[in-house]
Amino acid sequence: MSIWEYANPKKFMQTSAVVVPWVAGLAVLCLAAGLVWGFFLTPDDYKQGSTVKILFVHVPTAMMAVNAWIMMLVASLIWLVRRHHVSALAARAAAPVGLTFTLIALVTGAFWGQPMWGTWWAWDPRLTSFLILGLFYLGYIALWGAIEDADTAADLTAVLCMVGSVFAVLSRYAVQFWNQGLHQGSTIMKVGEKDPLDPAYYVPLVVCIVGFIALFVALVLIRTRTEVRARRLQALLARERVAE
Amino acid sequence: MMPELGKYAVAVVSSYGVSLGLLALLVVLTLWQGRRIKRQLDAVEARQDGGRNG
Amino acid sequence: MRALLLRDLRLAFRAGGGFGLGLAFFLLVAVLVPLGVGPEGSTLARIAPGILWVGALLACLLSLDRIFALDFEDGSLDLLATAPIPLEAVVAVKAAAHWLVTGLALTLAAPVLGVLLNLPGQGHVWLVASLAAGTPALSVIGAFGAALVVGVKRGGLLLSLLVLPLYVPTLVFGAEVVRRGAMGQDVATPLLLLAGITAGAWAALPFAAAAALRVNLR
Repeated sequence: MSIWEYANPKKFMQTSAVVVPWVAGLAVLCLAAGLVWGFFLTPDDYKQGSTVKILFVHVPTAMMAVNAWIMMLVASLIWLVRRHHVSALAARAAAPVGLTFTLIALVTGAFWGQPMWGTWWAWDPRLTSFLILGLFYLGYIALWGAIEDADTAADLTAVLCMVGSVFAVLSRYAVQFWNQGLHQGSTIMKVGEKDPLDPAYYVPLVVCIVGFIALFVALVLIRTRTEVRARRLQALLARERVAE
Repeated sequence: MMPELGKYAVAVVSSYGVSLGLLALLVVLTLWQGRRIKRQLDAVEARQDGGRNG
Repeated sequence: MRALLLRDLRLAFRAGGGFGLGLAFFLLVAVLVPLGVGPEGSTLARIAPGILWVGALLACLLSLDRIFALDFEDGSLDLLATAPIPLEAVVAVKAAAHWLVTGLALTLAAPVLGVLLNLPGQGHVWLVASLAAGTPALSVIGAFGAALVVGVKRGGLLLSLLVLPLYVPTLVFGAEVVRRGAMGQDVATPLLLLAGITAGAWAALPFAAAAALRVNLR
């Protein structure tokens, strides 16, 4: 019994059919709990007022936007090395989810920046690199859509994903060159250090992060199932055309 | 029921609103696409099986 | 390999193969921006580094899809793939030809346009230096993008969408060199990083582009 068995489409469909309801349930539960907690039950920050409540959407989506790309990179590598179709399809399925998360992180950031920094948008390193990440997602999705042959598309997008990862990291450091920017550093890993995130925010934030992770996994699994079915549909239709 | 959001109410509510809206759109699209493909696949499978048996 | 390089260069110069086109576009950008922004010298001097770099980048983008598309259509790319030289070398030679035709021309033309945009005198040296160090990266990254979309019909817009995010580091560092150079600051760090990106791109991307070409020729 190895992990590669799940790369078999049939095995994947069987297992994911069992897993999806649980992950989706966890996502709904955690998101409902975390967001309600964050929105209704957290105190205002003494400096940022009620805008601190945006934290509970902004931080998890921003994290998952980056993690989704990393997941796509890993899936692309698996596809290139081991030629498992499910892996390529999972990378394809993750891209729109990652793009949506990037968009949410940017929009909530704008709503947060407007009262705090007095501007919707600043060419700050973090903001700029997220915009560029969004462009990478767009290009990746567009390339998938443009190529008809499924295996060719999988190969080319996998190569693009690898090259894009390198350049995304480069861009991240390139834009840091301008200045330190308005965006504060991450405080979530500072628990136990000085100036940590207050527990009143920390606990609901963790619940939200778990919720968004579960949401991502559930959506990717569902979308991958759709992609597997679509591939089978194509194959059956092709067979029909040959038979006629 | 509504918490006191002070002068930043618009920013907070609209960022939650936009986020939930986008997420809902993504979820609905995902489920809708899934259903559509599954229906098509079921139809084709039934047709081909029927053809073979009949 | 030399024969291939000469052939590509000849094709580019004949048939109006985009050689003049990129240069003309670069000139147009440099002329249009002052018309839009207004003739004020200090404003122009401040935005000149960015405008010149963006203009060079877009001019480079114009001729990218020609790198492989024509050879793919008439089948000579299949011949090149089975030729005794490795496909990676073919990519490198074709990217080099593209650079000689566009990047080098842009680099040589840039100081003239710098005058039009009121770029301070000391910036001109660094403008040429940064373009000389940066445009080779634009060509090889573009060759990679062109290799990805070579099988797509009307892939021009898609090519731009794929390639532009990859151009970001080059653009940022390149414009930074000129900006600092024009203000008389130290340019060593961004210039070295720019050259590093170019060297890294030339070392790695021919392999990725050749892999993409093999997939497309399958």
